[in-house]
Order: sequence, then C-alpha cells, then structure tokens
Amino acid sequence: MELKTLTYLVVGATFALYIGIAVWARAKTTSDFYVAGKGIPPVLNGMATAADWMSAASFIGMAGLIAFYGYGGSVFLMGWTGGYVLLAMLLAPYLRKYGKFTVPEFIGDRYYSNSARILAVICLIIASVTYVIGQMKGIGVAFSRFLEVEYANGLYIGMGVVFIYAVLGGMKGITYTQIAQYCVLIFAYTVPAVFISLHLTGNPIPQLGLGSTMSDGSGVYLLDKLDSTLKGLGFPAYTTNTRISTLNMVVYTMSLMIGTAGLPHVIMRFFTVPRVRDARASAAWALVFIATLYTVAPAVGAMARMNLMDTIQPSAETSLSYAERPQWFKNWEKTGLLKFEDKNGDGKIQYVADKEKNEMVKVDRDIMVLANPEIAQLPNWVVALVVAGGLAAALSTAAGLLLAIASSISHDLLKGIFMPHISEKSELMYSRVSMAGAIAVAGYLGIHPPDFAAGTVALAFGLAASSIFPALMMGIFSKKMNKEGAMAGMLAGIGITLFYVFQHKGIFFIADWKYLEGMGTNWFLGIEPNAFGAIGAVFNFAVAFVVVRFTDAPPEHIQHMVEEIRIPAGGTEAVEH
Amino acid sequence: MSKHASYWRANLRLVFGCLVVWFLASFMFGIIFAETLNGIRLGGYKLGFWFSQQGSIYSFVALTFYYAWRANQLDHEFGVREK
Repeated sequence: MELKTLTYLVVGATFALYIGIAVWARAKTTSDFYVAGKGIPPVLNGMATAADWMSAASFIGMAGLIAFYGYGGSVFLMGWTGGYVLLAMLLAPYLRKYGKFTVPEFIGDRYYSNSARILAVICLIIASVTYVIGQMKGIGVAFSRFLEVEYANGLYIGMGVVFIYAVLGGMKGITYTQIAQYCVLIFAYTVPAVFISLHLTGNPIPQLGLGSTMSDGSGVYLLDKLDSTLKGLGFPAYTTNTRISTLNMVVYTMSLMIGTAGLPHVIMRFFTVPRVRDARASAAWALVFIATLYTVAPAVGAMARMNLMDTIQPSAETSLSYAERPQWFKNWEKTGLLKFEDKNGDGKIQYVADKEKNEMVKVDRDIMVLANPEIAQLPNWVVALVVAGGLAAALSTAAGLLLAIASSISHDLLKGIFMPHISEKSELMYSRVSMAGAIAVAGYLGIHPPDFAAGTVALAFGLAASSIFPALMMGIFSKKMNKEGAMAGMLAGIGITLFYVFQHKGIFFIADWKYLEGMGTNWFLGIEPNAFGAIGAVFNFAVAFVVVRFTDAPPEHIQHMVEEIRIPAGGTEAVEH
Repeated sequence: MSKHASYWRANLRLVFGCLVVWFLASFMFGIIFAETLNGIRLGGYKLGFWFSQQGSIYSFVALTFYYAWRANQLDHEFGVREK
C-alpha cells in the first residue's frame, strides 16, 4: 500500500483510540479535570507520567540531536532521566502529602502569600509556553512530512489538532488516554530501532547492537566505524565530541535535571496517587518506562547517522549523485527542512564538515527520527507507525502542559485570588480559553522556533530550573525559608536566566529582538543559553538565603506545616472518583 | 529528639546517600572522568561514553527503586506509615 494512505490509516486508528478513551472517561467535575481523582495505581500512573513526560523533544527531537552531537547529546539522556531521581526523592512524596492541586497553590500556601502564588504562576507560564513551542515544532515537522506540505502549513494543521484534542477532555480522560499513548509511542520507537540494529549489527536489542560489531563481516565495531567515517570527512569523532566544554556539559545536564523536577505538569501527576508511598513507587515506575525509550535513543541516533552517511557520503571519495537521490530525500525537500545546493556544479552531493564545500546546506535535526526508517529502507507500515508515535508523544505532552497552564490561570489566579466566588462551570470555561490562548502564542512562536525541538524544550527546562525548583526545594527542606527570601530568589533566578537566554535568542525568541550582541555568544564561562538554568538556580538559592537573614522568620503555623509534610502519616484521603 | 525529628534525619541520610551514587554515575563517570574511562572498553563501547548514554540511566532506575523500598521501611521503623 502507498505510504500516504497507510499513514492516514495508522494515524487515524490511533487517534480514534485516544478519542474513544477520552469520551469514555470524560471529565465531569473540576477535581477530575485537574487531577483525575486521586485513585490511579502506581504502575499505571507511572506509565501515564512517562507519556506525559516524553514529548516531541524525546521522540522526534532527541535522537536526531544525538545523531549530530554524538557524545555531546548525552546531556539530554542523563538530564531527562536523572531529574527523575531528584523528583522521586526531593519533591514527589512531600507534595503528595501536602495534597492540593497545583504547584502555585503549594508555593502560595508555604510562603503564606498571594504574591508568591502569582509569581509562581508567571514563572510556570513562561516555562510551559516555551515548552509548548518545542512541541509545536515537532508536531509541525511530523505533519509537514506526512501531508507533504511546507513546515509552516504543517504547524497550522498541528495547532488545530492540539486545540481539538486538549480542550476536549480533562486530566482524567488524559490519564487513560496517555496509557494508550505510551504503548503506541514505545512500540513505534522500538520497532524501527530493532529492525535497524538487526540489519546493521545482527543484534536485535538496540542497546546491545550499539556496542556490537558491524554485520558486514568486517569485524569492526559500529561506533568505531562511525568515528572513522566522520573523521574522514572532517567531522569530529562521534564518541568523544564534547558539547562546547566539559563545564558546559555539566551545567547543561544539571539544568535539565533540576528542570525536570521543577516542571509543573510532571509534578502535578504525583498529586494523583492515593498515598505517599505510591508517589515514591510512581516515580520509580515512570522512570522504568522512560528509560526504555532513553536507552534505545542513543542507538537510534548513532545508527541513523551511520545510515545517512552511508547513503549520501560513505567516504571522502564517493558521493551520491543528486539525480539518483532516494524518495525520502525528495519528500523532505518538499517540507523545506532538507536542502541541497550544488556549489561545485558536479551534480553530486558533497556532505562534509567544511562549510565552504558542504552541499547539504540544511539538514533539520528534527527530521532524523522520522526519516530514519525510510533511510534504512524499512517497510512502509513502520514509517507510518513512527509518524503516529511522534504525534502521540507530542500530543500527550502538549495536552498535559496546556492543562498545567490552564489550571494555573483558572484555578490559581481566578478562583484562588481574583474571583474566589466563580462557579465550577465558569472556572472550566476560563481554563479552556487559556488553553486556546497558549496554543495560539506557542504556535505563532513555533514558526521560527529558537532552536530544534529538543533545544527549545531545554530552554523551558532552564526556566523551570531557575525559578520553580529552588522554591519547592527550600519550601520542603528549609523550615526557616520565608516569603521574602523565596520570592526574591524566584525573581533573581528566572530574571537572570531570561536575561541570558533572550540576549542570545531575542526577546520572546523573536530573533530581531536581540540585545547586547557585542557580548558575543556564550560569554559567561562558555555556557550556552540552553544550559543556563543551573546557573540561574544557584543564583536563586544564593539570593534567597541572603534575603532570609535580614527578614522575619516565617510564622509558627507555616513551620508546623513544613514538619507535617515531611511525615507520611496523617495525610488527607485520596479523592474518590 | 522527637520521633519525627529522628525520622527526618534518617530520611535525609538515605537521600544523601542516593544522591552521591546519582552524582557519581552521571556527572563523574559520564562527563568529568569520561575521557579517562574511555581508555577502558566494554565491547564496542568506550566506558565513559557507555556511562553517559547507558550506564547512568540504568543506575537512576535502580536508585529510585532502592529509595522507594528503603523509604517505605523507614516509615515502618519510625511508625509514621500512612493508613
């Protein structure tokens, strides 16, 4: 069957499944809309968390970046899994014990201040909208390929689909839908990886295949062959290509880790479990399901790069003739995400590191995972499956994020502060309006995204890392932290991070609005803006602890509340549903 | 010291111990000492590269399960388990 028809069928079937589940478990009350009734067992909650967590950045973006960064791409692998360790030990159990709906609600209560709550809402919205931009980039790439249209048109279609999808159901619908989405996305990610690993190395397990010898009888290890092919064309060796510097990699990884533990849509999931010990178990199970994809991703990245080089430029002497380029090459050219320019006019594709001679003038990193099965000449149904998986990943996360944005506006700002007597019905209405607004803003900014999908998402993590994470940490682990300290810290942390990021990427990521360009790129210790969140977090902690020394200690009942959330016993009952 | 205070101290000790392993498996073996460890091979993998793209992740999974198990034990020992 033709690829396009097949893709329609597979994508259509998976969508019918999600929508069917969403309708079956349609949200009724506001409590259900936000946290799905707190009655979901840890393994299932872990699976849904994994789907919520693994977005277009993980599915579509990450392996593509690893394919081109090589060893430097490890920051994403360690950062986006290691953060779960922090989440499981430093936040999840205590926030479950506290037992309310949203992150700003906790910050507002713990720091006995509506201003702190509003500040948390603002930080959360900035980080989440940036995150949604990354999702939109991924969704745009997937739709542009699958419908064979320009990237921007793919993005508009994607916005429409996200709107219908996220605004329709609430978290309860989404929890069960996300379990289905996890199954679809992990199957879609692993199947091509198994085929390709088997083909290249003879080992069906991608994690082992990556460390095996090539099956072509040469006895050379795959990674060694990749290193030598790339070095021969002037590229850095795959396995030792450090991302900028060791320091930058440390800071980048740290930023992604603490960002993981500071992102509201993930933290919210731990409000949905019955007991504190289920929160611990949920975090552990979520990590198992995440690690399943994250240990396959490096194999996907390396093998995609191997196949790409083998197709276009297997060695310095042999180049592919442009007239003989394969179908996938032509299809991606239509999206504008892959561009060839015959600089020396020989009709052949020179793909080398030297910018003057390189004729692959644009290879968008985000096309690699989707193009991978085509490059490896896998059957069409596998290609269709990958598109469906990518959309599942992007939609599930976009929906979770939009819900976090919506709940912070309607629940925290309106119901909590400005319009306390609002009815449940209008609260739901306002939350749907805020979702629509967030989709429009993120879609607009997604036309010229600040980075590839995974890079954009990394920026979102930096923003969460520098603002929310320290405020939550200190709220639990420092009884003496007061509202002045926490608020000054949040402002300083997100302020300095935004300053550095916007200086490099333009205000609100609009490239024309850069400032202080004379400072040069990565001027602070050679750290790139995507990695700056960890520095922002250090600032946040430092400012908070200085301010707390000169201001009054928090009131007695707040210190008592902190003691309470540290102890599992005596918590509130889970809400029945 | 009250029961709750000693529970909290035991919990902090557990968390600290886990975080040491977390730091070693990722930042130390995967980044800071990766180049040195790359001298050792694990099949086709250089060891530093393996830690950064595989080993660290396996360690994280093991750590979160160990933590969940130990923390539940602590709840019992100090009698602060939920009903």
